[in-house]
Amino acid sequence: MGVGPHEKVKMEATTPRPAFDTEELVINMGPQHPSTHGVLRVVLRLDGEKVVDSDVIIGYLHRGIEKLSENRNWTQIILLTDRMDYIAAATSNVGYCQTVEKLMALEVPRRAQYIRTALCELQRIASHCLWLGTHAMDIGAMTVFLYAFRERELILDLFEEYCGARLTYNSMRIGGLPLDIPSGWDKKVLAFCDIQMQKVDEYEELLTNNRIWLERTRDIGVISARDATAIGLSGPALRGSGVPRDIRKDEPYAAYSEMKFDVPIGTRGDTYDRYLVRLEEFRQSVRIIRQAIEGLPEGPIIGKVPRLIKPPAGETYHAIESPKGEIGFFIVSDGKSTNPYRFRVRPPSFCNLQALSRLIKGHLVADVVALIGSIDIVLGEVDR
Amino acid sequence: MIIDTYVIPLLKILIVLNATLVGVTFMVLLERKVIAWVQVRLGPMRVGPYGILQPIADAVKLLLKEDITPARADKWVFTAAPIIVMVPALITFAVIPFGPAVRLFGRDVPLYITDINVGLLYIVSVASIGVYGIILGGWASNSKYPLLASLRASAQLISYEVAVTMTLVSLIMTAGTLSMVKIVESQYMAGVWYAFVQPVAFVVFFIGALAETNRAPFDMAEAEQELTGGFHTEYSGMRFALFFLAEYANMIVISSVSTTLFLGGWLRPFPNVAALSFLDFVPAWIWFLLKTFAFLYVFLWVRATLPRYRYDQLMRLGWKVLIPIAIANIIVTGIVKVAL
Repeated sequence: MGVGPHEKVKMEATTPRPAFDTEELVINMGPQHPSTHGVLRVVLRLDGEKVVDSDVIIGYLHRGIEKLSENRNWTQIILLTDRMDYIAAATSNVGYCQTVEKLMALEVPRRAQYIRTALCELQRIASHCLWLGTHAMDIGAMTVFLYAFRERELILDLFEEYCGARLTYNSMRIGGLPLDIPSGWDKKVLAFCDIQMQKVDEYEELLTNNRIWLERTRDIGVISARDATAIGLSGPALRGSGVPRDIRKDEPYAAYSEMKFDVPIGTRGDTYDRYLVRLEEFRQSVRIIRQAIEGLPEGPIIGKVPRLIKPPAGETYHAIESPKGEIGFFIVSDGKSTNPYRFRVRPPSFCNLQALSRLIKGHLVADVVALIGSIDIVLGEVDR
Repeated sequence: MIIDTYVIPLLKILIVLNATLVGVTFMVLLERKVIAWVQVRLGPMRVGPYGILQPIADAVKLLLKEDITPARADKWVFTAAPIIVMVPALITFAVIPFGPAVRLFGRDVPLYITDINVGLLYIVSVASIGVYGIILGGWASNSKYPLLASLRASAQLISYEVAVTMTLVSLIMTAGTLSMVKIVESQYMAGVWYAFVQPVAFVVFFIGALAETNRAPFDMAEAEQELTGGFHTEYSGMRFALFFLAEYANMIVISSVSTTLFLGGWLRPFPNVAALSFLDFVPAWIWFLLKTFAFLYVFLWVRATLPRYRYDQLMRLGWKVLIPIAIANIIVTGIVKVAL
């Protein structure tokens, strides 16, 4: 970490061991590599196929979103948050809008809170589908990839019907929602929930008890609860190590305080546990969506928001549970201008990526791609 | 005289070679189609009805592509490697019996190119030449990923060669011959396919075959997710196509060999049950093709279903599981042979 993409990386092989004339092999994985999930670059130093040391290099997708946001007004920033975690854009939207609402002490109507909750959970399923597909693909199970994408497609259709976009939704507004749900949409969501429950079983049938899958994921990239907390992991990567930290439960936002759901945790903190945690989250998300849609209250979808959004001078930090972990927004308003004085994001992918070097050390090249998949990063969010 | 010694064998070689190459290209299509169906999609649909002309389009594309040799590659070895991979795959067909003799134009024409008395040994030895092509190809590319892949390939192929050959030993003990034709005939005499006589050998052979042909779940050498294509990363155009075709040719070879050794070759099911003799109206070579096809289908099915083994796990499976089982099987076969 800490090396810019264009600086030359000095990772010369160490002196050869005596008695053998062997050398360590320095291999550059990425930024153009099929399994680094975007433009991540990992420089590996290999002894045979074993990773002795590694250097994770980021920055290839840096677009300056934080600085850009300081020159946009408060509403325009919502669509910039879409472009961070583009796999789960609605979650970033919610996180940002809630931060501004917190700063302005705005009241958000209950109906909007419920719809936000449902959208966030749909987004979580979509994100986990993409994660499961690519993760399984990295380990060689290519069919799961297409099965998971089939379900993700259904969610994208639901989002398209709701707000017209399929990837970058811009689906929230400060103080509520821009749109109410279309008629019949709630029934479609409930129908999707039924489908998804069956399909999760299907994924499990293909992978959970598969011997090869077990051998490839059990005891790979073990991280203890203590280390995971120290590094600052969050989301399923942290819960896989057995830490029951979930912002939806611990510091409920939107309508989560009224929802019944469990927080699955792992025991060993290996790749397999992280896999199990995410698969269980599929089911819990479906549970939450059902409650949110069935208990959807009537009422307005946006609260009393001033025409010109100009939060009072001050600063605030607010975090929510994105599919990948804790996504937090820190904003400073000077109270005079219509744009933030300082805008800073705490992206879960970036913080989780810190664990990669530690996780892959001592494992084989094949495990490197499994572990990149296991911590579930999206480079748009890492680099912003 | 000239016809018997030269014309007929040459014609047979021509037919088998062409049938194999066409079969290989359509095997690629079949793979894409079968995997597509498993994965709830359609597969190629654009070229010709249901995409059946896709192999021709692929061949044209590969022929027209630029043939690149990396500047720092070892030019001669780089060129030779795909040929070394392809040739053994094709010449193995010389000893595979597709059927018994048939009468054509007043002559008895056996449906195999030759029947040498060490046919099985010939297959085993020729098949192991192919791995040199992979090792040399990866080495000559002078690139890191292909190098890793070719090291994996050599380790993998050597260890699985042992397990596969061991299972063949027990099969030879049962059949009492090395000739491919005689092995089929002895299954006819025994009245049962050797898959039922030697089930352990059959399973070990099949797993070993998956590994030897570099197929999923043992396709470490090309592991596109880790090694970005593996040993053929630096190859393009027709030279890449040769590697690609050789893989499929090897699949067809190993399926034909499995059919011959374990599923009675050209014999119909239950060859000695007279009540089923109505099945004889199906020509023998059709039975052979059907069984081979069944094997090929399993190859594709496995690829679509299973994740990939890791390199060290694969070696462990080979040395610690398959080889001991194969050796135990030889001993058991020997004891049974002596006892009977």
